[in-house]
Amino acid sequence: MIRLILPPHLRTLAHVSGDVELEVTVPVTQRSVLDALEARYPMLRGTIRDHVTLQRRPFLRFFACEEDLSHELPDAPLPEAVASGKEPFIVIGAIAGG
Amino acid sequence: MSKVRVLVGTRKGAFVLTADGKREKWEVSGPHFAGWEIYHLKGSPADPNRIYASQSSGWFGQIIQRSDDGGKTWHQPGTPAGEAAAGPPKSESNKFAYDVSAASGKPLTTHQWYDGTQHPWEFKRAWHLEPSLTDPDTVYAGVEDAALFRSTDGGQNWKELPGLRGHGTGPKWQPGAGGMCLHTIVLDPSNPERIYIAISAAGAFRTDDGGKTWKPINRGLRSQYIPDQDAEVGHCVHHIAMNPKRPGVLFMQKHWDVMRSDNAGDNWTEVSGNLPTDFGFAIDVHAHEPETIYVVPIKSDSEHFPLEGKLRVFRSRTGGNEWEPLTKGLPQKDCYVNVLRDAMAVDSLDKCGIYFGTSGGQVYVSADAGDSWNPIVRDLPAVLSVEVQTLG
Repeated sequence: MIRLILPPHLRTLAHVSGDVELEVTVPVTQRSVLDALEARYPMLRGTIRDHVTLQRRPFLRFFACEEDLSHELPDAPLPEAVASGKEPFIVIGAIAGG
Repeated sequence: MSKVRVLVGTRKGAFVLTADGKREKWEVSGPHFAGWEIYHLKGSPADPNRIYASQSSGWFGQIIQRSDDGGKTWHQPGTPAGEAAAGPPKSESNKFAYDVSAASGKPLTTHQWYDGTQHPWEFKRAWHLEPSLTDPDTVYAGVEDAALFRSTDGGQNWKELPGLRGHGTGPKWQPGAGGMCLHTIVLDPSNPERIYIAISAAGAFRTDDGGKTWKPINRGLRSQYIPDQDAEVGHCVHHIAMNPKRPGVLFMQKHWDVMRSDNAGDNWTEVSGNLPTDFGFAIDVHAHEPETIYVVPIKSDSEHFPLEGKLRVFRSRTGGNEWEPLTKGLPQKDCYVNVLRDAMAVDSLDKCGIYFGTSGGQVYVSADAGDSWNPIVRDLPAVLSVEVQTLG
């Protein structure tokens, strides 16, 4: 079971209050995690990845295990600690403003 | 007893303001979608409980929201409120994909960029939602980068009307300071095949065949920032208004100049007349007097606030040229707000109510066609849009 932490606006859209837990088929990658998330919560389609290009939205970042994984390839395996559910996969809004 | 419902889109959420026909005591609900930019929300003329909202964010992109109970509850079309059930996605209500099909002819891939080079079309957000006059499930969306989309299933799925972008002038369209947005959609109640749209900065266009083909309608516009004054496109039209009882007569607030057309946009003449400045964004027409029009003059394109710190609506009862300032109840000193293109609306009560919202978060109402004004709310986030529903 994968643990996912969403930013507050996306939790509101998905009608969830805490972490999201997802069954994800192996290999566990950014793509497979986001595919599973969007299948479970279709209202999030287009909010993390562009609807058409499937590119990560530029002001969002992916963190896990104290690493910024935003620029990893979508099909690169995520750390074992994420795949095992020990550590969460974090979607976070990039800092902006003054 | 008649009632009005004012739908307000702001930089940080949507608000619904309601009052009875006297328009004196108001109830405020919101913020809905707190923290999100709500560029526009508008109710269906065919079913006033059906309201569509455009919710967007620089972080999370475009969301379409729908209410079926007059703004009390909202959901993304195709995903019932509160539901997060397992299974495949039920709809693609947030998906605005430009048409690239072979069947639609020759879809454009580039428009003019700020530096004069060609730039690919990139979807950013929906600026304006225009529900059909007759079918609650049909709604049009004007988007940035400029294109027109339509949904016929209540906002669940969107399809571009590619004939507009496919018009041969597309590579000459360019973004205005706010982006290359299709911000105005006017439906002709006397002819369901006729639609007017406006784009910054391409100009105004009209279709007479339900959106299959379009023609630029910019003859008579004069814009100092384009070298050829007779250019077919390139004009920065800010807004177009029409009285539904006289659909062939259009009024336009351009970047500079207030214009009118008496032949469905084929020709335009300037009617700025005695306005102290003819720059502005908003324009609207009295619900019962088709020659009575309203604008909010803004000092200039580089100083987006009223002249002399005085917030004044100007009214013409002669279809333009002769204007009178309306000031009673509006701040007449130290006021430096802006009124954006979609932030003015009229109700259809007798007397006609006029509404507008400001970048300072005020929403003003006049229940006597502009003679006097009162703030409904003073401290909302910056107002992006105001629409009014007249109920009962």
